[in-house]
Amino acid sequence: MLSGLISYLEEVEEAKYIPSVREDAAVGLCAGAYLSGSLPVLLMQNSGLGYCLNAFTSLNLIYRIPVLVIMSWRGQGGKDAPEHIIMGDIDQKLLETAGIGYSVLKPENLDQVLEIAMRKINEEKVPYTLIAEKGLFDERH
Amino acid sequence: MKGTEAFQELLPLLGEVPVVHANGYICRESFSLKDREENFYMIGSMGLASSIGLGVALCQPNRKVIVLDGDGNVLMAMGTLAMIAAEAPKNLLHVVIDNEVYESTGRQRSISHAVPLEQVAKSAGYRQTIRVDKREEIKPAFEKLMNSEGPVFLLIKVVPCFDSKTGRVTHTPEEITKRFMKTFKR
Repeated sequence: MLSGLISYLEEVEEAKYIPSVREDAAVGLCAGAYLSGSLPVLLMQNSGLGYCLNAFTSLNLIYRIPVLVIMSWRGQGGKDAPEHIIMGDIDQKLLETAGIGYSVLKPENLDQVLEIAMRKINEEKVPYTLIAEKGLFDERH
Repeated sequence: MKGTEAFQELLPLLGEVPVVHANGYICRESFSLKDREENFYMIGSMGLASSIGLGVALCQPNRKVIVLDGDGNVLMAMGTLAMIAAEAPKNLLHVVIDNEVYESTGRQRSISHAVPLEQVAKSAGYRQTIRVDKREEIKPAFEKLMNSEGPVFLLIKVVPCFDSKTGRVTHTPEEITKRFMKTFKR
């Protein structure tokens, strides 16, 4: 679901795309980028959220290290491969429990949710998650 | 060599280099011996010191960056060794204090007695790796690696000696963030 976005980032010279082997390592990578003066974006499938929860709660939230997360919503509405169904149902509840703000990204609310996200990131200095539904980005595979 | 001796040898060599610390024994021993503004003390998120250091190194290519890691953290994030090798930041020195135990939680054994971490790093693709067992080997090895193109890896084998009365890092996490970030603005 994020494949088109990732291919685009690989093509654009100004964007520095760094592949991560695990989602929590990407959280660490983004934290290092922020601490040294950059504003990183983390892309992942919602299946990686579980790996990230310890990093979000024992690193980002307590240290005030923000990151913009763009997370694809696999398993939305119970229609997907079996491995995605449970996380597709609980990902937003997990974010709420952890105290991490999120919005479901739609073409018509893009400006509005980006403004909310940037306010959270710049003022509260905490992670914010944009949840991408199937079909939001071009899929090139 | 005791863990504390390794720190005593290493800390005077750090200059003004930003150092990302692994949680537990690494943070506590380093903080209690010599607190520095350039230290990022990662008190939670075990395993992520190396990826945080990689992020710093990639965003600050003109500054040397050190990750001061432990065997437990490295074993937990061996994939990050591969990421570091693949991104190959020339300015990154990865130092691992290997005491073969989870020291600050009561010395439960890790598995690094059976896994030569410097060979793992070498196989992953670090440009150079050195393993030292004696205190007097630390300074020359550190200086050699600091003057080499990274990513490079220094494994320091030590015996556990942590005194649980050693205090925890007293700065709040927010303070650690602020002062570490400040070191990149000067």
